[in-house]
Amino acid sequence: MLFLNFYFENKSFSRFRKYTNTAHSRCFLAMDTIHACFKEKIGEVLLPGDVFSFRLPESGDGSIKTEKTICGPGLRRNGEEVQVCKSGILRHKQPNMYWIDSQQRRYVPAKGESVIGIVTAKSGDIFKVDVGGSEQASLSYLAFEGATKRNRPNVQVGDLVYGQFTIANKDMEPELVCIDSCGRANGMGVFGADGLLFKVSLGLVRRLLVPQSEIIKDLEKIFPFELVVGMNGRVWVKAKTVQQTLIVTNLLETCENMTSQQRQTLFKRVADGCL
Amino acid sequence: MRDTPLSNCEKRFLLKAIEEKKRLDGRQTYDYRNIKITFGTDYGCCIVELGRTRVLCQVSCELVPPKDSRPTEGIMFFNLELSPMASPAFEPNRQSELLVVLNRQLERCLRNSKCIDTESLCVVSGEKVWQIRVDVHVLNHDGNLMDAASIAAISALSHFRRPDVAIQGRDITVFSPEERDPIPLSIYHMPICVSFAFFLQGSYLLVDPCEREERVKDGLLVIAMNKHREICSIQSSGGIMLLKDQVLRCSKIASVKVSEITELIYKALENDRKIRKEGGKFGFAESMPKERITTLKRDEAPVEMTDVKETANEIVNRTETPTEAVSSPVLVAMGTAQVGEGIVNSWGLDEDEEDEPQTEDTKTGSV
Repeated sequence: MLFLNFYFENKSFSRFRKYTNTAHSRCFLAMDTIHACFKEKIGEVLLPGDVFSFRLPESGDGSIKTEKTICGPGLRRNGEEVQVCKSGILRHKQPNMYWIDSQQRRYVPAKGESVIGIVTAKSGDIFKVDVGGSEQASLSYLAFEGATKRNRPNVQVGDLVYGQFTIANKDMEPELVCIDSCGRANGMGVFGADGLLFKVSLGLVRRLLVPQSEIIKDLEKIFPFELVVGMNGRVWVKAKTVQQTLIVTNLLETCENMTSQQRQTLFKRVADGCL
Repeated sequence: MRDTPLSNCEKRFLLKAIEEKKRLDGRQTYDYRNIKITFGTDYGCCIVELGRTRVLCQVSCELVPPKDSRPTEGIMFFNLELSPMASPAFEPNRQSELLVVLNRQLERCLRNSKCIDTESLCVVSGEKVWQIRVDVHVLNHDGNLMDAASIAAISALSHFRRPDVAIQGRDITVFSPEERDPIPLSIYHMPICVSFAFFLQGSYLLVDPCEREERVKDGLLVIAMNKHREICSIQSSGGIMLLKDQVLRCSKIASVKVSEITELIYKALENDRKIRKEGGKFGFAESMPKERITTLKRDEAPVEMTDVKETANEIVNRTETPTEAVSSPVLVAMGTAQVGEGIVNSWGLDEDEEDEPQTEDTKTGSV
């Protein structure tokens, strides 16, 4: 007897952030069948419409041990099948997480993600912030560290803010906050008096936010700089001089489609030229 | 859709960079981006790429009654459209100020400069003349739409061929392209617009501003000139005060740029003409290089090639002499053999493709 239990999936790459735990779709299926189906496709390019169907073994003798398998973004359960709904490469993380690694530039707000926003308007108690999605997000002025009704934060139109989404679904206007659940800023808030903001694809942003990112490690060797990465594809860079800032910007923009080998040779060339 | 607003830190950074004479993509102050001109299969269709700004121009013609005030002249009609695919700031069916400015400048540049001989477009005086219609569509907006539009318009007009006509009494016969070769328009000169953006109250100027630089500019000066150094139109907007020597300097820069761009247009037209004559393949599909989507497209960078010969000699001297030739075939490993005359292959073997690491099944399922 097989026990199937599913939750609806959330399309966010939450495992890359510090603030985790959004719902993924969970399937309780026999371990063998899942791994057998997925295993051969790990690392391969899959297209929307590809289907993993789990044929239930015929003979049932005694109890079966069920394991849960987490289907991440890009995979969706459809009856007794798991369907691919985004084109990309199938990835696997021990022990039981599978997801599709896809590439896109358009950002869709998702709860819990930290993004860089640009303040566009101040109206009453809230700021309107552009995060690159279809709607502007709202940011309450009380959602900053140490802000009270009397003590308003110093935020002007056109400033950059780094905040997290508390509400982000397709039915409501997204809401940002610049404090965490304990009331501390934790690096969020207004930033960026100098430096340059530019846009890259979401895939590159995720590669930069991985805990031991190779790109960041290679870049560090060239010269010191400050970097803020938002999950909406926006990156803010500041280095000592304008020239260095421009160099880092151009390097990050070109890292998009390079293999690690090409990237390392490019960085080495730049480092030799700079020093 | 609303356009992304420009944040204060970007504005400050751009102005600071301009003060230090640095641009975002590494150009110099007077440098243009890469211009690419391609023609389509039909006569009169042209795409111009100025960096990432892309503009498409199509020229067409029609027989119409002439204007009452000018019965012996043909009619020229210009139309520029900002397609919403060019930028999220462009909304369909909305008359924006930018659209009006661009249309007006294009008309002034091409119509008032009398670069096309309109008298040659007359077929029957007072009754039938050719109406030449120039449609410019902006496909991608990355700054400096005016220059790209003017280059596209004049290239398309030079590329265009109108059908041949024969007049017998009052009968007009229009020949199709198969019956008689179509005739090019008679173009006297090629006016091209060059844009100068001014920053910080006119103290700094940049040629060919990209989109972000355009957003922080104070004022804009557009000079339309041809290669004979005749100014066809000059327009200053933004309300900044310009000094006389600034304007003169800009016109000198413009004359240099215009002669370069005119050379480019001539070369592109010549290439297209040659390919069509030889019967080769022409059109947009052929002019796009075959790229894989996964490779990075970059322009070639100049490479230091000094003392290559010495380095090459060094490498040759340093290598060991090869071993003697071995008989063939040689079984190197399972599935790999060396067949032929010559020395032993000194390259290592590829390691076998390993299977994906087995996932640890801590519990085996049994049903």
